[in-house]
Amino acid sequence: MAVTPLNAQHKELGAKMTDFGGWEMPVEYTGIISEHQAVRERAGLFDVSHMGEFLVKGEDAGEFLDYLLTNKISDLASGKAVYSPMCYPDGGIVDDLLIYKLAKDKYFLVVNAANTKKDFDWITEQGQDFSGQVVIEDHSQNYALLALQGPRAEKILSQLTDYNLKKMSAFSCTEMEIASIEALVSRTGYTGEDGFEIYLKPDKSVELWQKLLTAGEAEGLKPAGLGARDTLRLEKCLCLYGNEISKDTNPLEAGLGWTVKFAKEDFIGKESLQEIKEAGLKRRLVGFIVKGRGIARHDYPILNEAEEEIGFVTSGSYSPSLEENIGLGYLKEGYWQPGQKINIKVRSRIIAAEVVEIPFI
Amino acid sequence: MEVPEGLCFTEDHEWLKVEDGVGTIGITNFAQEELGDIVFVELPELEEEFAQHDNFGVIESVKAVSDLYLPVSGEICAINEDLLDSPELVNEDPYGEGWIVKVKLSDEAELEELMNTEEYREFLKEEA
Repeated sequence: MAVTPLNAQHKELGAKMTDFGGWEMPVEYTGIISEHQAVRERAGLFDVSHMGEFLVKGEDAGEFLDYLLTNKISDLASGKAVYSPMCYPDGGIVDDLLIYKLAKDKYFLVVNAANTKKDFDWITEQGQDFSGQVVIEDHSQNYALLALQGPRAEKILSQLTDYNLKKMSAFSCTEMEIASIEALVSRTGYTGEDGFEIYLKPDKSVELWQKLLTAGEAEGLKPAGLGARDTLRLEKCLCLYGNEISKDTNPLEAGLGWTVKFAKEDFIGKESLQEIKEAGLKRRLVGFIVKGRGIARHDYPILNEAEEEIGFVTSGSYSPSLEENIGLGYLKEGYWQPGQKINIKVRSRIIAAEVVEIPFI
Repeated sequence: MEVPEGLCFTEDHEWLKVEDGVGTIGITNFAQEELGDIVFVELPELEEEFAQHDNFGVIESVKAVSDLYLPVSGEICAINEDLLDSPELVNEDPYGEGWIVKVKLSDEAELEELMNTEEYREFLKEEA
């Protein structure tokens, strides 16, 4: 199993470790619920060094990314980041990623850990067919990634850097020194809270991890694991690859239509997505709250009143913020309105649930 | 890790305490720690009958779903209704207020297959 440079730190803190896409990662340190609450109310520190990082360079890099991805990339200002799905020609999703524009001819791509190899192969293949000037490099081994998330993240980080963090708006990125360690920092995250993602050399990551935890102690900062990361992103309805999105789903039905820029001349998947849009969506991602007793989990069937199958659950969990059981799932046309009563098949039982407005909080 | 005296244990980390032919059943401290924050317990019906090792319920933490297995055969004579609203009792007091069901034993000879406290302590060491 692959390990991040912080593996020993996690074990020293007593984390429960799990195999996450071939990486040994911390699920929780003191408990998912308390870590979740720390991030919502104060701050949490995540090791997400398993994520993949690529550089796309060259005179035509922006044009290439506009073709590769559904969102518009080239007209970003330098020092800005954007979220985009990456689609196959049929509109299915290869992965979802963050793209940072470091300079006019230099972009930094962050991809899901489990998809790193698949994505790199896919992007390289597209690069070979592309007529312009572009170089694609895998730098995943050259970066550790710490995510400092929560309403007190700025206050904590500001103790360790001279950089004026107030100048950083959401989705901006810049290089800075934190505790004399060089890092690429963006005001982004996967929790729905304010926060920063900090990319740095792996051999400096233990030092920065410890310094951040010490600096945040008085602010109630806690190390947080992948368990809390999942409940945090679910409450804010941020898609997870392999659950809400996959090669078998498209961005339109996943509620990511805002990231698909049909005005662009061409991009991979454009024709299929346009057809899907014109034909009307057959299913859509919705949020629901479980009213009966039980927790809806990934892949459980969703039924209508007549107990016919009308969809399936993509993610479901206890919500620490709402203290209710929530979930996301795909539902057939006609069942999308908030207030819609649905049923979820939980093992041998059928429990009631209701479609609600999302995000949940 | 503390394991109380006078109980019987299974390899699935359930405990059983027998008094006057009635067994109180729960999961061990080790099991609750492994599961993490428990947020749901699915209980059987009263008077439901089960064979030894039958799946009688489900316990869910934020991340995981786990089946519960009955250490002995018998009829359910009490369920811990406090767990419906406060499943976290299993985390807080697994050998006390976090008990799950009580069962009227149909065959006390089955108890011999279970581990005693000393054996379970050894078993935990091997697991670790």
